Amino acid sequence: MDQPSSHLKIKRADGIAVVEFADRKILEELSIQEIGEELMRLVESEPGVRLLLNFRNVDHLSSAALGMLITLNRRVQEQKGQLKLSDINRQIYEVFKITKLNRLFEIYDTAEEALAGFTRP
Amino acid sequence: MRPPPDFGVRDEELTHLVVPSDLRSAKEPEEQIVSEMISHGYDRDTIFALRLALEEAITNAIKHGNRNDPTKHIHLRYHVNPDRVVVMVRDEGRGFRRKSLPDPTADENLQRAGGRGLMLMRSYMTKVRYNRVGNEVWLLKTRKEPDK
Repeated sequence: MDQPSSHLKIKRADGIAVVEFADRKILEELSIQEIGEELMRLVESEPGVRLLLNFRNVDHLSSAALGMLITLNRRVQEQKGQLKLSDINRQIYEVFKITKLNRLFEIYDTAEEALAGFTRP
Repeated sequence: MRPPPDFGVRDEELTHLVVPSDLRSAKEPEEQIVSEMISHGYDRDTIFALRLALEEAITNAIKHGNRNDPTKHIHLRYHVNPDRVVVMVRDEGRGFRRKSLPDPTADENLQRAGGRGLMLMRSYMTKVRYNRVGNEVWLLKTRKEPDK
């Protein structure tokens, strides 16, 4: 079931929350706080959440977005949940590599591969 | 606010803008610069790099330099030509000591939410130069540069 949101499109696939970003340049400082709050509310409301962030609409992000993802990841871990990222384009993935955050996050080429990688709760 | 001599641009070539110290106001000059890069035929990777570094510099100026004070301003100077882009960002703060910054890629810092802006600027720009005080940064991005 789709959940209306100004920045996120959320769907469910076999109990996994699949999130896409509504705008191409959303992951910049102006909207990142709101996006972080929306995602955190989702995580807080669902202990053991299995969350997939699909980056297919994203062609720009800032270090603030990376900070948001780190904070989100930490909370997911605390909640005994799982977080995966997918469909990150070459330029964005380079940012993850330069900051070595490709080691922190589970990143998949496609959403299908990421979905298959979730373990059952 | 004069350009570093090794940046290959003369002082009189630079456009000077002053914007209020908030992200929305800084968007317009950013788009102006990107628009000029596009008209000069810069490739997507170079535009991506400049946009990323510029946004980090502006965010630092707003958050750290001007301490989120909306009454302060950011000074921008820039020049775009066929072989280089030069941008200056200056805040109205007291500056900072760059040597005191921790390495964000160290294992113990990887999970810190902040502290990556400067590293990203240096990784994506051809040159990054701060004034002594630390409230003014110059970014240079040349059209072609060796692989890092």
